[in-house]
Amino acid sequence: MISYLVFAGTIAGFYALLSLGLVTAWGQGGLVNLGLVGFVGLGAYASALLSGAGIPIWIDWIAAAAVSAAVGVALCFIVRNLRGDYLAIVTLGFAEILRLAETNEKWLTKGSDGISGIVAPLKDHLGDSFALFYLILTWALVGIVAFVLSWLLRSPFGRALRAVRDDEQVAAVAGKSVLRLKLQAFGIGAALSGLGGALYAHFTSYIAPDVFIVQLTIYIFLAVTVGGYTRLAGAVVGSLALVALLEATRFIAAVIPGLDAVQIASLREFAIAVTLILVMQLRPDGAFRMTNERSGLGASRSAPDACYGKKAILDDAT
Amino acid sequence: MLTDLLQYLVNGLIVGALIALPALGLTLIFSVLGFVNFSVAAQLTAGAYAGWLANTTLHLALVPVLIIAFLVAGALGVVTDRIALAPIRRRRSAQTPLMVAVVSIALNMALENAYRFSFGSGLNSFDMPIARDMKVGGIRIGLQQLHNLEIAIGLAVLLALFFSLTKLGKAMRAVADNVDLARLKGIEPVRLANLATFIGMGLAGVGGALLAIDTSVDPSTGSRLILLIFAGSVVGGLTSLPGAVVGALLMGVIGELGLLVLPPVYQSLTAFLAILITLLARPGGIFSGAAGVRK
Repeated sequence: MISYLVFAGTIAGFYALLSLGLVTAWGQGGLVNLGLVGFVGLGAYASALLSGAGIPIWIDWIAAAAVSAAVGVALCFIVRNLRGDYLAIVTLGFAEILRLAETNEKWLTKGSDGISGIVAPLKDHLGDSFALFYLILTWALVGIVAFVLSWLLRSPFGRALRAVRDDEQVAAVAGKSVLRLKLQAFGIGAALSGLGGALYAHFTSYIAPDVFIVQLTIYIFLAVTVGGYTRLAGAVVGSLALVALLEATRFIAAVIPGLDAVQIASLREFAIAVTLILVMQLRPDGAFRMTNERSGLGASRSAPDACYGKKAILDDAT
Repeated sequence: MLTDLLQYLVNGLIVGALIALPALGLTLIFSVLGFVNFSVAAQLTAGAYAGWLANTTLHLALVPVLIIAFLVAGALGVVTDRIALAPIRRRRSAQTPLMVAVVSIALNMALENAYRFSFGSGLNSFDMPIARDMKVGGIRIGLQQLHNLEIAIGLAVLLALFFSLTKLGKAMRAVADNVDLARLKGIEPVRLANLATFIGMGLAGVGGALLAIDTSVDPSTGSRLILLIFAGSVVGGLTSLPGAVVGALLMGVIGELGLLVLPPVYQSLTAFLAILITLLARPGGIFSGAAGVRK
C-alpha cells in the first residue's frame, strides 16, 4: 500500500510540473497550446536517448527541457499571428505529428516498441528506497519550479505577461515586447513539459509513443482547471486531485462486476472526460480563483468575468 | 507513368470525397456557431457504428443505412452540443474559444470511450456485397468507391441548393455572416445553431458510414482522420462550403501524391503542413482574394 501511494504521489509530481507549465503559458500568458503532450514526449525521448548514449542523467534532464523549450519557442514564433481557434488546430496537429515521428522513425525511437531499460538515477545504490527517493526528488523539483515561477510571475515580467494576456494592444502601447513575452511564456511551458516527460521516462524506465497521446493533454487541462488555471497553487492542488480521481476510478471500475480490461479502461477515460466537461461548466475558475488583478480596484469586481477585458489592465499599468 | 499518376489522382479524389462530407459539416458548424468542434471525429464514428448496426442486425441496404447514419450522428451531435458545449459557449470571456475547444476534445474522448465500452476496440466490417473493381483505360476504380464519390458529390450539391434556395438555408447564411443582424431580422440563432449542428454532424456521420463500408469501423475511426478533415476545411477557408469540398478533394489528391515521396504512415504530415501553410499564407483559405473573404 505504501509503495502504491509513493508511486501515485510521484505521478502526481509529474502532472504538477506539466500543470505549472500550463498555468504559466495559458493561465498567465493566455497562450493556446493543445499540443502539450507533444512537448512531454519530446523531453522524454530526448532524455532517454541521451542517457542511452551514456550522458549523465542531470545533463539529460536539462537538455530535455532545453529541447522542448527550443521547439516550443520555434513553433510559437511560426504561429505568432494566428488566432486562438486556429492555434488550437495547429498545436493539436503538431503533437500528433511528433507522435507519428516517434512511431515511425524506428532508427531513432525504436518505433511503437518503445525504448526500454532507461537508466534510473542511483537505483543500484538505493535498491528498495529508490521509489521514495524519486518521490522526494520529483516534489523537490516541483517546489523549486513553483518557487521560481511565483517569484517570476510577481516580477515585472509576470505583470507584463498578464497585460499581454488581457489586452495585447495595451501592452504593446505600454512598450512591452508582446512577441518576446509570448515566446518566453510558451518556452517556459514547453520546458516544464519536457522536464516532466524526462522525469517520467527515467522513473518508469520505459517510454513508447502510446504514452504521449491527446488524453494526457486533457488530463493536464483537467488538473489545471480543477485547481484554478491562473494559479500556481491551483496547478499543484489540481494535480493531486487528478491523481486521486484517476486512482478512484480505477478502484470503482474494478468493483463493477462483469467488465473486461478494455471496458474498465474506457470507463476510466470516459469518467475523466466527463469530469473535465463538468468542471469547465460548473467551476471554470477552479479551487483557487484569479486574484492578481484585484489589488488596485478593490472588492467591486468580484464577478469572475470582470477580470477580463480592458479594465483589468489598469492595475498592471499603475 | 501517366497511368500511375492518374491512378493516384483517382484514388485521391475518392479519399477526398469521403473527407469532404465531415469537412463540410465542420465548416458549416464553424460558419454558423463560430467555433471549432473537435467532436466531429466522434460523430463520424457514431455514423459509422449506426450504419454498421443497421446493416448487420437489420440487414438494410446502402441508402437506408446512410439515412440512419445521418440521423443518429446528427441527433447525437445536437444533444451532446446542448449538454456539453452550449453552456460554455455562452460565457463571455477571453478564454471561451480555448475552453470550448478543450471541452469539445473532452467530449470526443468521452464518446470514443463510450463506443469502446459498448463495442470493444476491434474492427467491425459491414455485410455488403463486394463489387468487382472496374478498369477504365488502365485505371482501377472500385464500384463502391465510385458510389461513395457520387453520394458525396450529390450531398454537397443538395446542401448548396438548400443554402441558396430555401428560406432556412438563407437564414443560416445570414447568421453565419452576422449574428446581430440576423437577430434583428427575427431569425432565432439557437434554433439555427441546432440545425447547423444537426446537418453538419449528420454529414460527418454519412462520411463515417461510407468510409466504414469501404474499410471498417472501430472507436478511433474518426480520430485518425481528424487532421485530414481539418485540412480540407481549413484549406477551403473554414467558412466556405464549396471551399470545404474543393479543399477536401485537394487534400485527398495531395495526400495520395505525397505517397510518391513520403511513406504512407506520414499522410497526416501532408495534412498538417497544408493546415499550417494555409493559415500562415492565406488564413482565408485558397479562395480568399478571388471572391473575397466572407467572414
